[in-house]
Amino acid sequence: MYAQMITSEATQDDPEKLAAFQARIDAGEKIEPKDWMPAGYRKTLIRQISQHAHSEIVGQLPEGNWITRAPTLERKAILLAKVQDEAGHGLYLYCAAETLGVSRDELTEMLLDGRMKYSSIFAYPTLTWADMGAVGWLVDGAAIMNQVPLQRTSYGPYARSMVRICKEESFHQRQGFDIMMKMANGTEAQKRMAQDALNRFWYPSLMMFGPSDKESVHSEQSMAWKIKMNSNDELRQKFVDQTVPQAEYLGLTIPDETLAWNEEKGGYDFAEPDWSEFFDVLKGNGPCSVERIEARQKAWDDGAWVREARLAHAAKKRAAKVAAE
Amino acid sequence: MKQEWPLWEVFIRGQHGLSHRHVGSLHAADAEHAIQNARDVYTRRKEGVSIWVVPAADITASSPDDKGSLYDPADDKVYRHPTFFDIPDDVGAM
Repeated sequence: MYAQMITSEATQDDPEKLAAFQARIDAGEKIEPKDWMPAGYRKTLIRQISQHAHSEIVGQLPEGNWITRAPTLERKAILLAKVQDEAGHGLYLYCAAETLGVSRDELTEMLLDGRMKYSSIFAYPTLTWADMGAVGWLVDGAAIMNQVPLQRTSYGPYARSMVRICKEESFHQRQGFDIMMKMANGTEAQKRMAQDALNRFWYPSLMMFGPSDKESVHSEQSMAWKIKMNSNDELRQKFVDQTVPQAEYLGLTIPDETLAWNEEKGGYDFAEPDWSEFFDVLKGNGPCSVERIEARQKAWDDGAWVREARLAHAAKKRAAKVAAE
Repeated sequence: MKQEWPLWEVFIRGQHGLSHRHVGSLHAADAEHAIQNARDVYTRRKEGVSIWVVPAADITASSPDDKGSLYDPADDKVYRHPTFFDIPDDVGAM
């Protein structure tokens, strides 16, 4: 998902405190910033929430790529609003992470020097306008699958930021599907473009949920702590079952010849994505990995004088106010 | 020396007649800047009619460890709730 391959940190705390903590979580209580929490819980959450935040911020880049070239003024305004929402989502999440005792600058630096990751999906390019449709429909659709249950996660600030995000996310998916409908019902060339976007984004979207449960050995502790609510395969299955009929409605074909309804399990059988590609992208070898971090580094460097000037201006105003009194 | 913009807690009045409610936090250089940022981060969809910003460093919070001494004394004072008293039906609404 937006947070992939998060390993639960080992915890060496007093067993009695640990048991009391687990009991609170089992009782459905929320953990708040000043409450005692195991060191592993804190560390795992910092990494998970930050990776989620970084994904929202880096996720602005593939869509920002099309703002100046949106086909109509209305589409342009909508896309701008959507990309602005992603910035907002990043900010909600950064603030949630900061309640755990890490600073915003530290988080940014860890993204830039590769100590922290962002979702693999944003390392792929957006080549045509139809990709804006596919990203909203599939990528935001996949994100919703994960984020809706996370509204019930055990850490209060994280859960509350998820509630805000989920309220806004449904606009994102719908605007994507709206673009897809327009393209799929348009000229032959537009329909081909829509199909091509689906072809390129299908497997990377499936990868968003992370590796198969068989491979994902780290989720047990996170599930117990309620910072992971569903298994990767569970959510992936749900996503496929929801998306296939939508593709049929659009008259587009999912690029998977093995895709078939399985009456027995009440869901679709489908092909796994190429996991070696996924691990390679996570390592920073995605088609746009270098470009994405370069863009973030440039924004960080170019914004330095603004950050400093704002502080200098605030200090000057404070001094003037003191002088006036 | 590198310095981060301070953290502000943001409170929004959702509608006229309601109290301000904590919605989250953000970084800003000063109060005016914090209001501008709060407008962009927390009210993109008409979520409010008024914004308060407070420097996070200026908030004093009770400690979770004091939960007992702060709230337990109310446990044995159920008579503070109107339902504690049985008023006969004949008396009518009270």
